[in-house]
Amino acid sequence: MIPRPLKSGGILALIAMAAFLVLLSCNPADNQSTFEAASPEAQKLLDLLAIIGWAAVAVFVVVEGILIYAVIRYARRRNDNTMPAQTHGNTPLEIGWTIAPAIVLAVIAVPTVIYIFDLESEPPEDSLNVIVTGHQWWWEFEYPEEDVITANELRLPVERPVRLLLRSDDVIHSFWVPKLAGKVDVIPTNENRLKFTPMETGEFYAQCAEFCGVAHSHMRFRVIVEEPEEFDAWVDNYHELASRPAPTGDSDEAQGAQLFASRGCLLCHAVNGPASAEARLALKEGFERGELRFPAPNLTNFGTRGTLAAGLLDNDPGGENLRAWLTDPDEVKEGNRMAELATVYIDPDSELTALEVSQLAAYLLSLK
Amino acid sequence: MVTLGNALSGALRRPTSYNGVWSWITTVDHKRIGILYGVTAFIFFLIAGVEALLMRTQLARPEQDVVSPEVFSQLFTMHALTMIFLAIMPLTAAFFNFMIPLMIGARDVAFPRLNALSYWIFLFGGILLNSGWIFGGSPNTGWFNYANLSEQPFNTGTGVDFYVVGLLVLGTASMAAAFNFIVTILNMRAPGMTMMRMPVFVWMTLVTSFLIILAFPVITVGLIELLFDRQFGTGFFNPALGGDPVLWQHLFWVFGHPEVYILILPAMGIISEILPTFSRKPLFGYRVVVLSGIIIGFMGWGVWSHHMFTVGLGAWSNSVFSIATMAIAIPTGIKIFNWIGTLWGGSINIKTPLLFAVGFVSLFIIGGLSGVMHASAPADAQQQDTYFVVAHIHYVLFGGSIFAIFAGLYYWWPKMTGRMMDDNLGKLHFWAMMIGFNVTFFPMHFLGLQGMPRRIHTFDSAMGWDLWNIVATVGAFFMAASILIFIHNAVRSLKKGEIATSDPWDGRTLEWSIPSPPPVYNFAQIPQVHGLDPHWSNKYGDDGHSAPVPVGGGAEEVHAANHEHADEHGDDGHGIHLPGLSYYPVMLAFGLFVAGYGLVFYETLTWAMAIIGLGIGIVAAYLWSFEPAEEDHESDD
Repeated sequence: MIPRPLKSGGILALIAMAAFLVLLSCNPADNQSTFEAASPEAQKLLDLLAIIGWAAVAVFVVVEGILIYAVIRYARRRNDNTMPAQTHGNTPLEIGWTIAPAIVLAVIAVPTVIYIFDLESEPPEDSLNVIVTGHQWWWEFEYPEEDVITANELRLPVERPVRLLLRSDDVIHSFWVPKLAGKVDVIPTNENRLKFTPMETGEFYAQCAEFCGVAHSHMRFRVIVEEPEEFDAWVDNYHELASRPAPTGDSDEAQGAQLFASRGCLLCHAVNGPASAEARLALKEGFERGELRFPAPNLTNFGTRGTLAAGLLDNDPGGENLRAWLTDPDEVKEGNRMAELATVYIDPDSELTALEVSQLAAYLLSLK
Repeated sequence: MVTLGNALSGALRRPTSYNGVWSWITTVDHKRIGILYGVTAFIFFLIAGVEALLMRTQLARPEQDVVSPEVFSQLFTMHALTMIFLAIMPLTAAFFNFMIPLMIGARDVAFPRLNALSYWIFLFGGILLNSGWIFGGSPNTGWFNYANLSEQPFNTGTGVDFYVVGLLVLGTASMAAAFNFIVTILNMRAPGMTMMRMPVFVWMTLVTSFLIILAFPVITVGLIELLFDRQFGTGFFNPALGGDPVLWQHLFWVFGHPEVYILILPAMGIISEILPTFSRKPLFGYRVVVLSGIIIGFMGWGVWSHHMFTVGLGAWSNSVFSIATMAIAIPTGIKIFNWIGTLWGGSINIKTPLLFAVGFVSLFIIGGLSGVMHASAPADAQQQDTYFVVAHIHYVLFGGSIFAIFAGLYYWWPKMTGRMMDDNLGKLHFWAMMIGFNVTFFPMHFLGLQGMPRRIHTFDSAMGWDLWNIVATVGAFFMAASILIFIHNAVRSLKKGEIATSDPWDGRTLEWSIPSPPPVYNFAQIPQVHGLDPHWSNKYGDDGHSAPVPVGGGAEEVHAANHEHADEHGDDGHGIHLPGLSYYPVMLAFGLFVAGYGLVFYETLTWAMAIIGLGIGIVAAYLWSFEPAEEDHESDD
């Protein structure tokens, strides 16, 4: 037999270890951890998780405890052949354990229903409107009042409520920024809404949460929450870039700008501010008809973005990742539409040379 | 016409051999069909397990390239489809087949040839579904196969066609089996076995069978609409044609949620048999356990939208489905409390089946509690489509169904094979599987809450998911090793296991009153039932309130008496009319199999193959209808 103090010490050590592991696992610093809330809406979800989670832990400890106790306490001893009392049931007990869970569930149901209605209530009038469109496998963000269309990086001013209208151009996706809001599906036939108010500045990781095809794992994006002045400056910079003429001359950027037009990039990617709704619809319908085109990210301010290929790689200023992406997009992000549809990737005769790739990269990185 | 039928069925001589491969192919004996179901389903279980190991290998470290994203999509789709439709459902069907007639004191199921048909359709359907791996790609859109990802122009391969046709074929097998068991249970109980004297496993089989015949038509409608969308250009789910992909989600989950109960209610039935036997006590609150099973069956229809909390159905819908989902925890909780009540005060014989049964209860509690956590729609917004739900589903379907199936296997193995399994190896299997299971799936709760979505083929190491992913992978291989212990134990038992008595566990229900393995006719004399747990009362008297004393009529005496009875008739049971062997169930199933390929490869093979297959099926059905149920008995009677 293990001495009693040692035994209880061992149990304490086990509990401490379990607690440590749980703490380790609930690390709020992790990029997509739901244990940190940067908006009141995400905080509500976290509060609800705490209420239900602790209730679940309590029920778990009590019920598993009784179960394990019963098995140990009533285990048959060797050669013990006594017949236990043949109880068939006990009505007061049965009623008791019907009512007890009902009470626990009622306690959980009340905040659940309150929060459901609360989270679906109308956002304030002065909310920032953003139309989010899910595409295979990237995100489009349109700011109708600001006349901005950008991709894979949602910029928001801090402490201003946001109202997102969620649309899909192809299949069902799900918009999820764990630290800012619970996920909402992005559906081609319904326009869903999501509201939240980011209260902390910073960069928030996010990714598609509904399986949407081969590159689903790589359909990521970032939300950048910044001071209102920074946000305004970003909008102004976008408009400046939209009206900036393409570079001319012999520079790499200028060569790249020419290649961008001559090698077919412009067929799908806009670089001069928001493309018209008709132009974007034409891309979608063209793909559905089997043509070699697909709605593609607006690249007007590509040089300002921190990531490329839908949050997949750092958009390093030296352009290393960008060149890798332009050289062989399928290697970076298997299954993506550019590798599938763009002439430069499907026609061996019009492959991009290394020089062309670096010229294109230089041009794209200059868009800032 | 009758003469034509006679002529045709005369052309194909009736199978007569009760030995060899053909005797298994043409068998209509519920016990042999049960074994066929069990062996086939176990092979599919291993295939699905290997698929899981491949996925866990891919996810062991961040940014790995063990399999491509496309293959990964096929793996998670086929893992789920295989486990659900080809492993868990048919493994429970193996127990339905083998045990239900024995537990209700019948000589076979109501429709033995239909029973054989169910098995053969299941087998061919399983092969059809899995043959996508060889013929151009398996389904790659998840087992839920959400439209419009499953449609043109987003899905151009034949994977989804294998899904549609495979599930249509498998659905017919499930439907036929469900009707068969409903009729068997309602009509073929031994005299005196009223509904409220039926073992809980029989009750749960009955409820499950009703769920099957009500749920499968819903998915069938969805599948046929999807088939039309894909092959004839209709637009049920295609937004470009004005269709609605959310309609598919409703159809799928109106089927899909009852399907969850189709997977778990038989498991609950198995547990409700094992716990009383090994505690030497009747089931605590028999009526309440049966009633809560029925209530779960009803309520299972009113909760499907909890799979769709993030679809945007509105605050009212989410509130109603949240509350309904929470409410279903009440009857589930009642069952758990009654199982603990059964153990309480018992004389618990800690053998392998009991360990697996207690393992089921302890893991199902965890799965139930995490289920309540995402019953709350707002909380679910952070859990839906993450590894938290992966953890939940495995706690209820692996910790739940699979643990219960192993409990049932260890429990009924001696009855099915006539030999005992090694208890020490069984316990080793239990502890290895218990540890491996929890090491694999408990960390997935953390991964989910740390924001790891499901169905991603890789992840970035910046996300903080590395540790628990490698832990889960190690656990998965540990669990796989535990399955090898089981296989070793099973093979060892078949070769040189201790010969089982008719009643090795001091059982309570009728199957323990006949020899192990049972003779082909099961009961030489149909038993007369006087109460719950008839075999137990035969052994110990049926005074339920004081410690009973053996009154004789124990197992050995009972079948001695049975044999005596059979001997009196001078035929050792052969005078008992049993349905004869038949070629037609396997032939009809084969016809569907051929037709299935015709539908999948409608473009290359044209519709001719579908028509040929259906032709084979129709001929088989026609000949079947003229085949007499019993063999000719010119010699005697």
